[in-house]
Amino acid sequence: MTEPGFLDIISFGADGWGAALAAGAWMTILIAIAGFAIGGLIGTFGAWAKISGGPVVRGCAEAYTTILRGIPDLLVIYLFYFGGSAVVTAVGQLFGAEGFVSLPGFIAGALAVGITSGAQQTEVYRGAFRAVHPGELEAATACGMGRLLKFRRITAPLTLRYALPGLGNVWQVVLKESALVSVTGVVELLRQAQIGAGSTSRPFDFFFIAAMIYLAISTVSGLILQVTERRFSRGVRRG
Amino acid sequence: MDIRFALETFWSLLAALPLTLELAATSIALGSILALGLALSRLSGILALDLFARTYVFLFRGTPLLVQIFLIYYGLSQFPAVRHSIFWPLLREPYWCAVLALMLNTAAYASEIIRGGLLSVPHGQVEAARACGMGRFMIFRRIVMPQALRQALPGYGNEMISMVKATSLASIITLMEITGVAAKLISESYRVIEVFVVAGVIYLAINFALTRLVAFAEHRLNPKLRAPLPISADLKGETH
Repeated sequence: MTEPGFLDIISFGADGWGAALAAGAWMTILIAIAGFAIGGLIGTFGAWAKISGGPVVRGCAEAYTTILRGIPDLLVIYLFYFGGSAVVTAVGQLFGAEGFVSLPGFIAGALAVGITSGAQQTEVYRGAFRAVHPGELEAATACGMGRLLKFRRITAPLTLRYALPGLGNVWQVVLKESALVSVTGVVELLRQAQIGAGSTSRPFDFFFIAAMIYLAISTVSGLILQVTERRFSRGVRRG
Repeated sequence: MDIRFALETFWSLLAALPLTLELAATSIALGSILALGLALSRLSGILALDLFARTYVFLFRGTPLLVQIFLIYYGLSQFPAVRHSIFWPLLREPYWCAVLALMLNTAAYASEIIRGGLLSVPHGQVEAARACGMGRFMIFRRIVMPQALRQALPGYGNEMISMVKATSLASIITLMEITGVAAKLISESYRVIEVFVVAGVIYLAINFALTRLVAFAEHRLNPKLRAPLPISADLKGETH
C-alpha cells in the first residue's frame, strides 16, 4: 500500500478520503441539528416551567439546569449510551431477544446533546421572554387574543427575536459537542478522521482537515444565523 | 440503587479527583498567562500581533476541543522533527498533551474575557494616572489591571467551570481522571445510574466549591461589596 499524500486524503477519487470525510461531516451536521432540536423542545418546556410553573415544577427545572450545566457532557453521553443500551436490552428481553442490544449511537448521542443543550436553551428562552415588554402581551390580551393565538403571534416571535443571539451561541456549542458523540462509535466527522488516521500514518493531516471542516461549518452557520437575526429584527429601529 | 456499590464507586472515583483538579488547575494557570498575552496583543495596536491573536482565537474557538486534543496527541507524532525534538518526552505523555490542549483552548476563550475587562476600564482613569506621572507599566499594574480583573472575574469563573468539565475529555486519551474511571466502572459493571450519579455529584461539588471561591474573590476585590472597615478606637476618641 502506498502512503497517501495530503491531496490524496482530500480527493474524492477511489483512493481518496474526500467522500468519507464529507459523509462524516454530514453526519456531524445531522447530530448537531437533532441535538439542537431536542434541546429546543426541552428548553421551551424548561423556560415555561421556570416562568409560570408552580414551586415543584420550578424546582425541577432549576435542578435540571443546575445539574446539566455542572457535569461534563461526556459523562451525559456515557449515561445515554450505556444506560440507553441497558434499557433497550431490558425491553428487548421482554420481547424475547437474546443477549445485549445496544442503543444506536446516533440516538444516544442526539439525546445526550439535546439534554445538555436543553439546559442552556432553557436559560436563553427564559432571558428572552423576560426581555419582551409586558405591555405588548397586555395589548394582545386587550385585543381579545386567546392564549394560543397570543403565543403564536406575539410571544413566540418576540421571544425568538431576543433569543436568537443566545441560540446562536448554543448552536456553536452543540456543533462542537457533537464531536464527543464519536466515542459511541457513530461515524461522524471526528470518528471518520480517526479511522483515516488509524489506517494511514498521517494522523495530523486527517485531524487538521477535520478541524478545518468544523471551522467551515461553524463559520457558515454563523453567517446564516446573522442573516436570520437581521430578519427577525426587521421591526426594530436601529441607532 | 445499590448503596454499597455506590459507596465503593465513590471511593474509587475520589481517588481520581486529584488528577482532575491537577489537570484543571495547571491548564487554567498556564492558559491565563497565554490569555493575558493574547488580550494585550489584540489591544496593542500592532497589526501583526492583533491579526495573530484574532486568528488564534478564531481557530481555537471554532473547532472542538477533542479535535485539538487529537491533533496534539496523535497528530504531532506524524512529524519526525517533533519526534526527535527535545519536547518529545513531554509530547509523548498523554498528561502533557491534555494539559497543552486544554491550556491552548482555554487561552482563546479567556483572552476575550480579559480583553472585555481591559476595555471596561474608563479611559479617563488612564489619563488621570498619566497626569499623575505614572509610567505605562505602573498604570497597567496599579490602575488598569485591578479594575479589569474585577470586571472579568465573573466571566472567568464560568470559563474555569467549563475547564473543570473539559478535563473529562482527557479520559479519551487514556488518562484515568474521574470520567475515565467512571467509564471503566460502567463498562465493567453495567451499573450506569449509580456510577453516573456518584460521578455527577463529585463534579457538581467541585463546581459548587469553585463558584463559591470565585464569589469570595469577587467580594474581596470589590470594595463596594466589602463591609466598611471598623473605625479604630483612637479615631473615635478624637470626636470627643
